[in-house]
Amino acid sequence: MKMYDVIIIGGGSAGLAAALEINKFRKSKILLLERDAELGGILLQCIHNGFGLKVFKEELTGPEYAERFIDELHEKGIEYKLNSMVIKLHPDKRVEYANIEEGFVTIQAKAVILTMGCYERSAGAIGLPGNRPSGVMTAGAAQKYLNIDGYLVGKNVFILGSGDIGLIMARRMILEGANVLGVAEILPFSGGLKRNIVQCLDDYDIPLYLSHTVTEIKGESKISSVVISKVKDFVPIPGTEIEFEVDALLLSVGLIPENGLSEACGIDMDSRTKGPIVNESYQTNIDGIFACGNVLHVHDLVDFVTEESRRAGQAVVKYLENQLEKSDNHIEMISKDGVSYIVPQQVNVNNINDKLELFLRVQKEYRDVNLVVRSNDTIIKTIRKKHMAPAEMEQIKLKVEDFDSVIGSISISVEERQ
Amino acid sequence: MKKKLICIACPIGCHLEVDVENNYAVTGNQCKRGVVYGKKELINPTRIVTSTVIIKNGIYNRLPVKTDGEIPKSMIFDVMKQLNEVVVTSPIKMGKVIIENVCDTGINIVASRSM
Repeated sequence: MKMYDVIIIGGGSAGLAAALEINKFRKSKILLLERDAELGGILLQCIHNGFGLKVFKEELTGPEYAERFIDELHEKGIEYKLNSMVIKLHPDKRVEYANIEEGFVTIQAKAVILTMGCYERSAGAIGLPGNRPSGVMTAGAAQKYLNIDGYLVGKNVFILGSGDIGLIMARRMILEGANVLGVAEILPFSGGLKRNIVQCLDDYDIPLYLSHTVTEIKGESKISSVVISKVKDFVPIPGTEIEFEVDALLLSVGLIPENGLSEACGIDMDSRTKGPIVNESYQTNIDGIFACGNVLHVHDLVDFVTEESRRAGQAVVKYLENQLEKSDNHIEMISKDGVSYIVPQQVNVNNINDKLELFLRVQKEYRDVNLVVRSNDTIIKTIRKKHMAPAEMEQIKLKVEDFDSVIGSISISVEERQ
Repeated sequence: MKKKLICIACPIGCHLEVDVENNYAVTGNQCKRGVVYGKKELINPTRIVTSTVIIKNGIYNRLPVKTDGEIPKSMIFDVMKQLNEVVVTSPIKMGKVIIENVCDTGINIVASRSM
């Protein structure tokens, strides 16, 4: 059986950054496994700009962002395999994969990094009512058809969900000559970045129907119209129906970390992030198996994925050098009032160099509040926030000294300003 | 008169207030880019345009392209029309100029990946 120091599952932004970071600090035998025909992951179909402002200090398109990493991977001679699907991951870090040239192969690693990214919630996942004619698809699928294959999936389009992919696709379809009749969002606020509301919807006078959802899909073999209704507490209000004649309905209703492999391997999952529970070193409950990027929790920006994956890569280097302390004695991170999740979920202070970066999301929109970090009743840190929203990931930095008075757990909550 | 805008210079999306009578003075920004954006958006709004062109002999049918600078917002559909007429042949290197000085904007269309 072939041996590797590190096997990385998924050659998108997370896998690329983790591989390069490990290579930078330690001469290691690394293998990157990618199921698609190219490295780069979902960046390749995200042809719009807005990537790289943090990592490269310039604004790039998705393919440009990916190509910089892929070029560097080639330069450093890091091994990768394309069209190679991982079938099974074992807790002893054996990895089974298959491709056309080699058939079915089992290899062994000292460490494994999960970087499988995420997938889109589908019509079934949100219990979309009505028929299932052709023309109903996820926004990401429509994006691939258009940007990679060159097919426009409809001429009169409606979009359900105001996530970023939906907003980006609204503009993209308009530019290619389609009519985008509107975007419906079940929540009273958009799940997408504000700048995308401005430059994708407002620029082209596309109406955004907040507190609305699709209540009927009409059409036999092909979609002919959608009906939307206003909602109150997620329940449609009779008499508020609006019907749009369409030939395509795109769904932009959320992303879910792709953890089939992780769950089958026995990795403990966080029910809120839908990703593995990890510690300060991005290590899961299984020794030597790490996770980073959108497979861990869905990020707003690829730049954050890159930064997280670099930190995970550095932790894997420490692991390979036997510098990661193993201990069940860790601090538990607890999401309190207003906070929906915190990553990492567990912290072993002895493995923190000088500071620890925590990432969290809040449950609703807040203005002029405090984010309060506590251990039992002691306040460790208070951060004033002018504006927070579920669509925008929050970051808190804690110094090693901040943990001096911590016993057992740390909680974070959103609180009124006194 | 103060105009409210959301900055699109980066994903943060600052809520800007632009004082039109006071030489378009911008407040609410977190960086210098907001000052530039706030003024320009009200005088001469511009955008980067990203799209694709047909590519022959590539691994896919479409090559992603972008404007290498911002073009006037009012020219976006003229630029899209030009892009629909372009057919290129693989291999193409990222950054290669596909259309020079598109629609007399002084801006080039460049390939945004190698294929």
